[in-house]
Amino acid sequence: MTTEGSDCVVRFESVGLRYGLGPEVLQDISFALAPGSFHFLLGASGAGKSTLLKLMYLALKPTRGLISLFGHNMATTSRRQLPALRRRIGVVFQDFRLLHHLSAFDNVALPLRVARVRENEIRKHVVELLTWVGLKDHVNIRPTILSGGQQQRVAIARAVIARPKLLLADEPTGNVDDRMAMRLMHLFEELNKLGTTIVIATHNETLAGRLGHPRLRLDAGWLDAGTPDQQAAGKTAAGAFAAATSKSRAEQSSESAV
Amino acid sequence: MWARRSDLPLDHDAPGRFLPWLIAFMVYLAALALAGMLLLDAMAARWDTGMGDTLTVQIAPADSPEKDALRVRATLGILRSFPGVARAQPIDEGRLMDLLEPWLGPGGATKDLPLPRLIDVELKPGAQVDAAALAKRLAAAVPGTAVDDHGVWLERLIRLIRTVEALATAVLLLIGLATAGTVVFTTRTGLSIHREAIEVLHLIGAQDTYVARQFAGRALAMGLRGGVIGLVFAVPTLLGIGYLATRMQAGLLPDVSLGPQHWAALAGLPLVVAAIAMVTARLTVMRTLARML
Repeated sequence: MTTEGSDCVVRFESVGLRYGLGPEVLQDISFALAPGSFHFLLGASGAGKSTLLKLMYLALKPTRGLISLFGHNMATTSRRQLPALRRRIGVVFQDFRLLHHLSAFDNVALPLRVARVRENEIRKHVVELLTWVGLKDHVNIRPTILSGGQQQRVAIARAVIARPKLLLADEPTGNVDDRMAMRLMHLFEELNKLGTTIVIATHNETLAGRLGHPRLRLDAGWLDAGTPDQQAAGKTAAGAFAAATSKSRAEQSSESAV
Repeated sequence: MWARRSDLPLDHDAPGRFLPWLIAFMVYLAALALAGMLLLDAMAARWDTGMGDTLTVQIAPADSPEKDALRVRATLGILRSFPGVARAQPIDEGRLMDLLEPWLGPGGATKDLPLPRLIDVELKPGAQVDAAALAKRLAAAVPGTAVDDHGVWLERLIRLIRTVEALATAVLLLIGLATAGTVVFTTRTGLSIHREAIEVLHLIGAQDTYVARQFAGRALAMGLRGGVIGLVFAVPTLLGIGYLATRMQAGLLPDVSLGPQHWAALAGLPLVVAAIAMVTARLTVMRTLARML
């Protein structure tokens, strides 16, 4: 796993984020994700998982620190360059963010239409994927009619349809049963085998444990490097950076104690 | 520019539903202003060329009809030999009586009334006749003659027409600005209503032009729809005004009906308004989105 250098898919260096004049909700986040890696982002509700993902899919700008995506420094990337970068990222939003006036088909087709893929190819791929996620009979149904689990699967299909280089999923199995959850996880793993870097934010430790991929752990805005065993095994977020973060946190904790 | 399909439910926006009707009203007003402007322009051009090539010579009455005839003959002799004059024809007494009848009433103008004799002079096309020199020469040969080249009143009339035309142009410009302002307002409202959907489109990699194309396509459709409605209402109004003008002119005004070229210009109004709406919507979206993340 490559964790340093410009060939990282995602690279955070001392990133902090605060809303307005409030306290920092993310503090000194540093890690790097190698191409083709698969990570779980764990943490309790309110730990900052969704916020960290928002920084990664460029919905938020950090108040400090450096974020680099696909080798592009976000501080110096112009607004005009963002669409091209965003097309390389697939996102499963926690609240799905489906467009309710469009059918399941049109929702899933959006990333392809934005990328100007031909309509006959769109039809073929979208129907195939909706069939795969068990929504073959719901192709022309609007999201408002679908159940929470079905909406979630539409959102996942939309995130993966364009074969993104980086897939960010925020609680992607929160509304489906265990069997469907495992099926969706296998879909992510298949995508990962094809070279997509994957980050899945979840509070489901059991699911993360079952698949055994490395973990990033967020706790009250701090990124945790994981257990020493995992670090030694290279299964933590991003070895060097994560370790450095742990160190800075430890130092800060000891200062507060004094 | 035309969006085949839209990812945003723009057709369901309440402010957008009124846009075609507002545009229809604008096009209706613009059609009236444009028709008036075109007619005045044609009228001014016709008067300029029609009246510019004629003169009227007036001979003060003498104390006997024989002397009048002699004075007319002498005047005609000078006129017909004067450079640039194509034709000089005295207006006969019967025609003179007809012209005076509206003012003096039937039978009001009798042969006993001392009336000046008038000579209608037609100039050669494009000839530059020095009216002052002609008047001087005529007055020397036949005292009591006067030359009217229509220049003074024609110039004032054409100046008046040009002023009204400028006003009509200003009205057209204001209508264009009002249309653009309405489109800016509805587009901004639409951007605000669909902010979340636009954010999703951005996050999956849509460029600003992708979103702008959808708003511009809809504004074009709304502009065309409203433009056609406005024109449909304007046509009978213009035909009605034309009919009334024909009945009222009674020989005092030239023909004021719209020609094929005028109708063609009016038919282009919906296209122009739709183009204004489309470009305005696109620019508004691009400028507004540039301020978003």
